[in-house]
Amino acid sequence: MQFTLDDLKRILLESAGADESVDLDGDILDRRWDELGYESLALLETGSRIEREYGVSFDETAVTEAETPRALLEIVNAQLGASTAA
Amino acid sequence: MSPIAVITGLGVAAPNGLGVKEFWTATLRGESGIGRIERFDASRYPARLAGQVRGFVAEEHLPSRLLPQTDRMTRLALVAADWALEDAGVRPDELPPYDMGVVTASSCGGFEFGQNELRNLWSKGSQYVSAYQSFAWFYAVNSGQISIRNGMKGPSGVVVSDQAGGLDAVAQARRQIRRGTPLIVSGSVDASICPWGWVAQLAGGRLSTSEDPARAYVPFDARACGHVPGEGGAILVVEDAEAARRRGARPYGEIAGYGSTFDPRPDSGRERGLRRAIELALADAGIDAGDVDVVFADAAALPAEDRAEAEALTAVFGTRGVPVTAPKTMTGRLYSGAAPLDLAAAVLSLADGQIPPTVNVRPVADYGLDLVTGAPRPAELRTALVLARGHGGFNSAMVVRAAA
Repeated sequence: MQFTLDDLKRILLESAGADESVDLDGDILDRRWDELGYESLALLETGSRIEREYGVSFDETAVTEAETPRALLEIVNAQLGASTAA
Repeated sequence: MSPIAVITGLGVAAPNGLGVKEFWTATLRGESGIGRIERFDASRYPARLAGQVRGFVAEEHLPSRLLPQTDRMTRLALVAADWALEDAGVRPDELPPYDMGVVTASSCGGFEFGQNELRNLWSKGSQYVSAYQSFAWFYAVNSGQISIRNGMKGPSGVVVSDQAGGLDAVAQARRQIRRGTPLIVSGSVDASICPWGWVAQLAGGRLSTSEDPARAYVPFDARACGHVPGEGGAILVVEDAEAARRRGARPYGEIAGYGSTFDPRPDSGRERGLRRAIELALADAGIDAGDVDVVFADAAALPAEDRAEAEALTAVFGTRGVPVTAPKTMTGRLYSGAAPLDLAAAVLSLADGQIPPTVNVRPVADYGLDLVTGAPRPAELRTALVLARGHGGFNSAMVVRAAA
């Protein structure tokens, strides 16, 4: 199973909506979360939804330390790989 | 001389009208917003009527970032604040952030949001509880969200004293203006018409269980049997009169006086505090009872409470000494939102020279009140007194005067 940018965008929108000045369909992979209009609580909620939906579990600080969507995708996919391997 | 605080903008979300114009038109027509609860299935509850704000679609007014993190009361408050600022002609992004503050009231916080998250907790588990529960239910959340949305970093806060809080918050706004902040967004919106909010209200034992919207909430009437709860309220822009004048604003009126008291212990035998709150407000405004042209009553609709309010009014103003009205008979009691909505109605009355009616009520004669019933009463109005009592002993009174 792969966690894609589209999956992330869907969960972001459900968890926290989108800033009016930001186009989530643009090139956002390497933009910082604060540039995209998301603060730590929005990421906490997003992380919590990813955990629920994908049956993964993050370290407490993992989600907030991932500074960009690409970093978050990597963390989730590493987890998914790990759980597949287990 | 300390700065004068004036009301320069109104934003209204009321059960009988969404928007100032809609609310005021309906209020002068005597149109009630009380009806059967539509927001949840109330068929198995002993009280089934409420004053609900209809036609409010948050998505049409607020960005998607705010929707997952806001209770209904916060959405209504944010939109009412937008309207009030627009009405005042204030563009917050053009003013220094520390020159603007936010002081609202709250009676119970965001109950519907809290209920949904509690349901997630017990039915699914803690990992299903929204991270936004950390603040979305909280008493101060409306002040916080209005502050963030509009970049207002001046003195801010929340006052929690049940229905009296609606006046106490505006009084606190006036204090901050006197201390030097030119603009405070104040007033209050409450909304807790959800099962959790409802059982909490029912537990208080003060709700009307009547099924008839025209009979359910009849303060000062021999048939008074408790109140119908409502949701909504009003957000007010309060400004230093001098700052408002400099930017060419047209004030609705001045917050001229305020008094608040707390009741003595019920078994003390001492007089309750409402009369003294009224007298403090009149003294603070530097006026006599004869200067008050209309009173907006608290109107609890419990016989003992109605009598206590009538006694306080007749003690200060004499028997049938001043016109009294309770337009909240058209909205239900809005808790912390009630008095700000009455302040809005009061300044609109001053402008229009019309006292809005109390509906559905046949006043008990020996209360000695000149209650305005049935239709608006034309009158020369300069000064209005708004009363609000909170459960547990809070009494507040505020004098508003037409802008000079």
